Amino acid sequence: MSGFVTVVLFFVGMAVFAWAFRSVARALKPDEPVFRDMPYATAFGYIFGLVAIMGAIWLYALSRDADPLVANKYFFAGKAMEAFVLFTIAAWLFRVVGRSIGTNGSRKLFRQMPLTASFGILMIILYSIAAIFAGVIAPYGQDEIIQGVAANIVPGGNPAIGGNPEFPLGTDQLGRDLLSRLIYGAQNTVGIAFVTTLLAFFLGGSLGFLAAVLGGWFDQIMSRAVDVLMAIPSLIFALLLMTIAAVWAPRLGIPLTLFMVVIIAVIDSTRVYRLARAVGYNIVVMDYIEAAKLRGEGMGYLIFKEILPNATAPLLAEFGLRFCFVFLTIASLSFLGVGIQPPLADWGTMVRDLAQFINFAAFAPQVAAAPLLAAGAIALLTVAVNFVVDWMLHRSSGLKS
Amino acid sequence: MSNLLTINDIYIEGRSDEVWSPIINGVNLSLKRGEVLGLIGESGAGKSTLGLAAMGYTRDGCRISSGSVNFDGIDLVSASADVKRGLLGKRIAYVAQSAAASFNPAHKIIDQHTEAPTQHGVMVRAESSEDAMQLYERLRLPNPHEIGFRYPHQVSGGQLQRAMTAMAMACRPDLIIFDEPTTALDVTTQIEVLAAIRKIVEDFDTAAIYITHDLAVVAQMADRVKVLLRGDEIETADTRQMLANPQEDYTKSLWAVRSFERPAKPAVHTGATPVVSVRGVTAAYGKVDVLSDVSFDMHAGRTVAVVGESGSGKSTAARCITGLLAPRQGHVEFDGAQLPASYKQRDKMQLRQAQMIYQMADTALNPRKTIAEIIGRPVQFYMGLTGRAKTKRVDELLTQIELEPSQYRDRLPSELSGGQKQRVGIARALAAEPKFIICDEVTSALDQLVAEGILRLLADLQDTLGLTYMFITHDLATVKSIADEVVVMKDGRVVEQGPKAEMFQPPHHPYTDLLLSSVPEMDPDWLTNLLEERGMENIGDAAVGKM
Repeated sequence: MSGFVTVVLFFVGMAVFAWAFRSVARALKPDEPVFRDMPYATAFGYIFGLVAIMGAIWLYALSRDADPLVANKYFFAGKAMEAFVLFTIAAWLFRVVGRSIGTNGSRKLFRQMPLTASFGILMIILYSIAAIFAGVIAPYGQDEIIQGVAANIVPGGNPAIGGNPEFPLGTDQLGRDLLSRLIYGAQNTVGIAFVTTLLAFFLGGSLGFLAAVLGGWFDQIMSRAVDVLMAIPSLIFALLLMTIAAVWAPRLGIPLTLFMVVIIAVIDSTRVYRLARAVGYNIVVMDYIEAAKLRGEGMGYLIFKEILPNATAPLLAEFGLRFCFVFLTIASLSFLGVGIQPPLADWGTMVRDLAQFINFAAFAPQVAAAPLLAAGAIALLTVAVNFVVDWMLHRSSGLKS
Repeated sequence: MSNLLTINDIYIEGRSDEVWSPIINGVNLSLKRGEVLGLIGESGAGKSTLGLAAMGYTRDGCRISSGSVNFDGIDLVSASADVKRGLLGKRIAYVAQSAAASFNPAHKIIDQHTEAPTQHGVMVRAESSEDAMQLYERLRLPNPHEIGFRYPHQVSGGQLQRAMTAMAMACRPDLIIFDEPTTALDVTTQIEVLAAIRKIVEDFDTAAIYITHDLAVVAQMADRVKVLLRGDEIETADTRQMLANPQEDYTKSLWAVRSFERPAKPAVHTGATPVVSVRGVTAAYGKVDVLSDVSFDMHAGRTVAVVGESGSGKSTAARCITGLLAPRQGHVEFDGAQLPASYKQRDKMQLRQAQMIYQMADTALNPRKTIAEIIGRPVQFYMGLTGRAKTKRVDELLTQIELEPSQYRDRLPSELSGGQKQRVGIARALAAEPKFIICDEVTSALDQLVAEGILRLLADLQDTLGLTYMFITHDLATVKSIADEVVVMKDGRVVEQGPKAEMFQPPHHPYTDLLLSSVPEMDPDWLTNLLEERGMENIGDAAVGKM
């Protein structure tokens, strides 16, 4: 109860403070339009943001506390904040560099880029490097059980609390290096997700455009089939099909991963189909399509030369989002045990394997952080991709007007 | 008497590509109570921006960088949002170009009408809806007590525009800004709206700013006219004085546009085979007949203008000729041979011979292709030219439409002006080397000066290449300047057809007469005289009454 009262009082305090802030500002500068026309919600937003920043600084101060027991508790919070600031600066530098080198077109692109987008792009580049050069970067193998080293080394690399500087992120129950597994996880999870998304787009995109151009019975049959597939909850459907595939795969001698790629691609292609058809329909009614039809152009020319170039912006944006969903589906399936199979390192599997450590959160936050590393890697990539997608959507809608 | 509205040396800027570029450069404007000021200029002249600035408002991405807007002692540029909220809708109202797009389609007209008066506390709801019906009656809307309870889509365009004028009047404002209120309407409907606006402005002694690009319209409406060009004021004068004696060269050139006329061509040989012949075509969308038993011929080297209001079936006739819509009865002949009904059954040769130029050049050109690709495709597709031969042909075509090849070849349509886009549309049609071209309202989206350039180009091309045009339009001035023969359509039927000279001489079919007399003339007394002639009482139903 007292916790609830505290929260309410806290918000009331902020509300009063916001009102006072606006009134004082108006009294001091009566002619300033910023304060004069400021809605109350905006004033509250400013105060809320201020409180949030103060909270973050306080948390960071705790992580640098002289008492190692206190400092260790907030170790990861502090590191995350440091990394956040560092990456923001890196993103800003990245944009500055992009603005000053390259062709005129790319410079213009960087000039109009918001910081979030450059942060996202930088993140995606880092992930791609990790995925492509995993074998070179990772200090150990992904399934290598390091001899002579105890399992369950705590992350942080501080020997005082049970860490080991050689394994900055610690080791898992079997004594495998978590950092290496995290890097290999990028290769497996992101690589497979990328291939799956490409396949989904090829399927859904071409069928969607075809339905838009042909219309009539083809459109009806395809669209109703897609409706049926979409009506089934996708994760449960995937789980069901994967269970069946798990029986077939060894019998046919085809890796289960291939089945997974196809199954997820087909399920996700329904969403792509919907989008491609809707976008396609808007383009098909344009006069230039009519002109091309009257010229006697074939279906291939219509789809690939007339429609596709005009649909790239929404499709690219959807590609980013779809990639996140596919990637989360793979992680979920792996977490449930039917996705990417051990000993391959995969972020979903890593979360599942290390999940029991979350129980230690109350007294040893660093230990509980181990499963969150993989989850954090997933979350960060999702956020990064969404930043970039938001920017692309904004650009494509801005071009239209 | 002091001015109601004074705009002093106003500068407005718009933001594009991270830089502020000027839209309005130091324009002054003053308006007395009950006075109507006409603002004219081409698109991009800053008419609408200035009109909105008179309300202290700028569109997103624009700002008033200096100057003042003084409305009845209040400076709208520095006024707070609260002060403006109290004025807009109550003392200053705005009538937009497209009433269909400005009404909320989800609410009844009268609910939208009563919103402003009740919000501003001028009237209670019941009072306001009673008042709305009186306004509807005054504006001669049919069934004034019932029409307000319809949704916007259940009312015709002209009626909706009048309802919007009534809505602007709801709080009895001191100032109304009309932003091209009749541009989207047919000539016959335009009259009703013009008469309604003029009446209500006079009745309530309201000041108004009337924005338009049509000189003849402004001559009917405004007491004074201000001419704008690219954000600069060219000249201001009383309407009669400006019409009689324009001072500046630009104003004179605007006046001169309507003078383009081609010499008449000799009569067609009797018995000559027409290039395209429409024979008894009846066509339908779904179950409703849009065309019934339409027949007309188009002879080589001639321009046939097909005239009529929107919904008269002009464009449907074109769709039957191109084969996009298969007729239910009748057929189309090309050089004496019957064409297959659907374009899908026609061969490449038949498709090549008949080309089309569209009204909206924006949607007719693929925005992701360069000009060379757009024009080059039919060259390659029909003529089989590739590589250097194709480039050469594209350059030839660009020269033909008076665009410098080296400069325009690699541009995208978005980097061209409206008139240039339309020229590229013409070049794409020419690239197929056709005999026959359908021009579907090709000039109606363009400014008068630009439109005249397009008409001249089409006329020159016809002379050099011996083309046959089917010219679909609702603008009789265009017909006068370019047509050899005229086909008048109404409700899917051909009402009258014949050579241009005959069509513009009485006696007319009553519908042709209505169309002809509805075209606004430069004479400021034209509307007054016309209304007297037709009888003020039935102005709302003038179109119907005359039939």
